[in-house]
Amino acid sequence: MELKKLESIFQQRIKDEIKIEPKDWMPDAYRKTNIRQISQHAHSEIVGMLPEGNWITRAPSLKRKAILLAKIQDEAGHGLYLYSAAETLGISREEMIEQLHSGRAKYSSIFNYPTLTWADMGAIGWLVDGAAIVNQIMLCRTSYGPYSRAMIRICKEESFHQRQGFEILWVLSQGTKDQKAMCQDAINRWWWPSLMMFGPRDSESPNTGQSMEWKIKIKSNDELRQQFVDMIAEQVKVLGMTLPDPDLKWNEKRLHYDFGEINWEEFWNVVNGNGPCNKQRLNARRKAHEDGAWVRDAATAYAEKRNKQSKVA
Amino acid sequence: MNNLIKKFFYGDYGEIEEGASTSQDDQWPLWEIFIRSKQGLDHKHVGSLHAADAKMAIENARDVYTRRQEGISIWVVESKNITASNPDEAGELFEPAQDKIYRHPTFYHLPEKVNHM
Repeated sequence: MELKKLESIFQQRIKDEIKIEPKDWMPDAYRKTNIRQISQHAHSEIVGMLPEGNWITRAPSLKRKAILLAKIQDEAGHGLYLYSAAETLGISREEMIEQLHSGRAKYSSIFNYPTLTWADMGAIGWLVDGAAIVNQIMLCRTSYGPYSRAMIRICKEESFHQRQGFEILWVLSQGTKDQKAMCQDAINRWWWPSLMMFGPRDSESPNTGQSMEWKIKIKSNDELRQQFVDMIAEQVKVLGMTLPDPDLKWNEKRLHYDFGEINWEEFWNVVNGNGPCNKQRLNARRKAHEDGAWVRDAATAYAEKRNKQSKVA
Repeated sequence: MNNLIKKFFYGDYGEIEEGASTSQDDQWPLWEIFIRSKQGLDHKHVGSLHAADAKMAIENARDVYTRRQEGISIWVVESKNITASNPDEAGELFEPAQDKIYRHPTFYHLPEKVNHM
């Protein structure tokens, strides 16, 4: 079959919303875009464990420790689903890990912010996971089959993350004066970085157009961001807290909340590696990988030995 | 048409022996995971993971795919042992079934009285 014919089959599938599967023909650029997006998504899950990992030993009760452990374990699982999905496109796990550790691959900038208080665990669950969910629900319908299946699995589990986060803040919001202040402080620090999670404005996002044509993305950055603002602006009222944006206001005409301008300079700074914790996160990742090398080597040696034994027997 | 496809891909479908990434030999092999969610249902493919051997694949599958009691039984198969049909030949492969509509119950128009048969 000639290239033109293959391309037209592919385009027709995209148009009819038939999923593309690993062995189907696809344009190289479609493959590359998916590899980039899925692996970045996987890296984000893995690096996302680090800011929360800091709080396992300091969580205020055994119950909270157990919940936090379970949430972090989920994130490891989500990273693994996504790495597997990316591998179906022909990139190896090792190559992806190498891209992350060398700093060539990006991950979500949100994890380059520090977690200063216990309330940050609540704000991360509610705002950061909340923003992730808005994006991930959209991605359940993405055109590449393995990515879509991974997203469906992840969305099922992610709801617990957001609810436990809101509950942490809810309990603090009912607490002492200091606890209330801690709650508001965490919201103040995490609000803007959460909005940045949706990426640059549509007009500044060179990949969006093609990604939407291929139905890798179904909604644009700005659409998703608006959806998130509308949701959180209502939920924050339940906490009796406020969002740190004087321009946040319901717009009767648009039937959406208006909101202020993101500090794009900060956004690009963090994306380009100069956020508060970029170095720390990557160093922690590398160290974990290097420290675990002997375990991987031992498991390989053990498997080889058993393999030889079973051949002899 | 196969000469247009320079790479071979594994993961959901096996073919690890031709996979783009198996040249790195210190990477653990890939396993496909199948889970029976409850007694009476088939094992169903849920995804894949890397493990040094079958036992580790089962243990990892438990942690990755059954954290919320999604399964009561796990099968693991090394991906390279799965042979998959070729999507480019799907037309010819499945074509013989296409014109045999008499295999479906709705092909038969029966009198009203027995039409719920």
